[in-house]
Amino acid sequence: MTKNLQIDVDERGYYGRFGGAYIPEMLHPNIEQLKNTYREMTADPDFKKEFDALLKDYVGRPSPLYFAKRLSEHYGTNIYLKREDLNHTGAHKINNTIGQILVAQRLGKKRIIAETGAGQHGVATATVCALVGLQCIVYMGEVDIARQAPNVARMRMLGAEVRPALSGSKTLKDATNEAIRDWINNPEDTHYIIGSVVGPHPYPDMVARFQSVISEEMKWQLQEKLGRDYPDAIVACVGGGSNAAGAFYHYLNDERVRLVAVEAAGLGVDSGESAATSVLGTEGIIHGSRTLLMQTEDGQVIEPYSISAGLDYPGIGPLHAFLIDSKRAEAISVTDEDALAAALFTARTEGIIPALETAHAFSALDQMEYGPDDVIVVCLSGRGDKDLAAFTTYLNGLAG
Amino acid sequence: MNRLTQLFDKKKDNLLNVYFTAGYPQLDSTVTIIRNLAEAGADLIEVGMPYSDPMADGETIQQSSMKALANGMTLETLFQQLTEARNHTQVPLVLMGYFNQVMQYGPERFVKAAREAGVDGLILPDLPVFEYEQEFREITDRYDMQVTFLITPQTSEERIRQIGKLSTGFIYVVSSSSITGKSGEITEGQKAYFARIAAMDLTQPKLIGFGISDAKSFRTACAYANGAIIGSAFIRALKDVDDVAAATRSFVHGILSPASVGA
Repeated sequence: MTKNLQIDVDERGYYGRFGGAYIPEMLHPNIEQLKNTYREMTADPDFKKEFDALLKDYVGRPSPLYFAKRLSEHYGTNIYLKREDLNHTGAHKINNTIGQILVAQRLGKKRIIAETGAGQHGVATATVCALVGLQCIVYMGEVDIARQAPNVARMRMLGAEVRPALSGSKTLKDATNEAIRDWINNPEDTHYIIGSVVGPHPYPDMVARFQSVISEEMKWQLQEKLGRDYPDAIVACVGGGSNAAGAFYHYLNDERVRLVAVEAAGLGVDSGESAATSVLGTEGIIHGSRTLLMQTEDGQVIEPYSISAGLDYPGIGPLHAFLIDSKRAEAISVTDEDALAAALFTARTEGIIPALETAHAFSALDQMEYGPDDVIVVCLSGRGDKDLAAFTTYLNGLAG
Repeated sequence: MNRLTQLFDKKKDNLLNVYFTAGYPQLDSTVTIIRNLAEAGADLIEVGMPYSDPMADGETIQQSSMKALANGMTLETLFQQLTEARNHTQVPLVLMGYFNQVMQYGPERFVKAAREAGVDGLILPDLPVFEYEQEFREITDRYDMQVTFLITPQTSEERIRQIGKLSTGFIYVVSSSSITGKSGEITEGQKAYFARIAAMDLTQPKLIGFGISDAKSFRTACAYANGAIIGSAFIRALKDVDDVAAATRSFVHGILSPASVGA
């Protein structure tokens, strides 16, 4: 390594200035219990064995690292796709829900709640609840329920109850508020499976650790394919930032690797309809964590916008706030229109329909610079079946 | 001297603390509500700073906050209104809100402005104890701003004692593990919890809140603590009323009915 960075969370959950646990007293016992047990619990050999076995036999890991030949030719570089879209349930989200359902079982919890934006985390949570036979309630913004209907149907098929979040912008932020309120009301029997690297400590670190399997596999897969275990750049989309955290994790302290976080610009960063937190955000507190968020001078959270329900979030995880603030990671923002174009291009160049979220990461390739010998890994966080309605509208628009 | 200290020195029982959301139902309701609450018999008043993402609050306070923000409420406006209210009443005022609001305004600037506007205490449910001790307490102490922390049925005895040491204002005894706005009978389990807290000999006054909604639940809570806090029930009483002053007085009179004060 060129420099010895030491990026890790401290005992109170801070990455530099970002993180912590800004929670009402009602949640204190639950958060304290998690904080005091999660590292030991997840490091336990029995836990690891169960986790690894489920990832292998149930999720289908390792996910392939695929050399995208035609995309590479188009961009004049070497592009590899980390195929999280091939996981059971179609996205990286299940890596975390498998880990957290094992945590919930060890804590003796009987009831699981989750928030979801695009529905991928909701589906992944409903899936693991079905797997172990626990009750599952998923909060989802009313707007997202409408725009991600296939995932709502999947959650119901899996036996989960989908409860609409009706407050605020009726999207991911509001679903998260509702899930937190549910947890306050049901502190003893319920575990809250947060789907991203957001929320109070220890969630950002715990979720990042469960997702870190992505970069753990990348290391040996690159070694096998290229004889070196690191790429020159990793590109991942960031809403809260869990797939990016997982894809970056084992390279956080390796400065040879550029970390590229791709945010949703919505209708344009300056349009007033955006979710580009690193540009539009300032330091503040959201969902129990001190991080970057879009807010007014008075500290009121600004309602974000993106066509992608999974990126439609006014904050980012505290790890990403730290990486961007310290210039360890660079942020690129991509508009709805460019993401849709990238989804179509990826579909027709590689035969892979990416999720709208992931399409933002593909579009970022147009804004990046790289050499012909560079190795770039795009975290293909999810597949686009859930977004066919948006893609169809886009295709019809192109035809008209 | 801080008005809360004066109040608690003078009155030990049946303290009525009423919460309302500033800027609801109308932007300029704040002064009217404070004056009428005080005149009708509220001992102290909790002024909610409306917030976009009030995670400890139920639907009633969420909706009142949304309405207040849509009405144009800001902290600057609120401080002006409180300054105006101080021309009419010396009732102790406590601001309730979320720490991000304080952080964005600037912690010291906020505490100074609030004290100058006549605020006596603060309740910030998401301010962690550690961050309070490290970054905030020096400021609130310097300005004699009293800070209240919450305890719940799940809070351990050790932590209650720690919170007791940190709270410079009253202790907010959350009646059940819930967000605000739940109502109904106070259960035997809750009474046992109140009795447990009462037996702990904490030095600060204790006010019971969450789920206190009428004369009966107020009376029950007062049997176990120095007083009680009513919030969502009052917000509901203000919905769609033409005469905010009359509705406010009538609500307080309903709580302090002869049966409750005379007992």
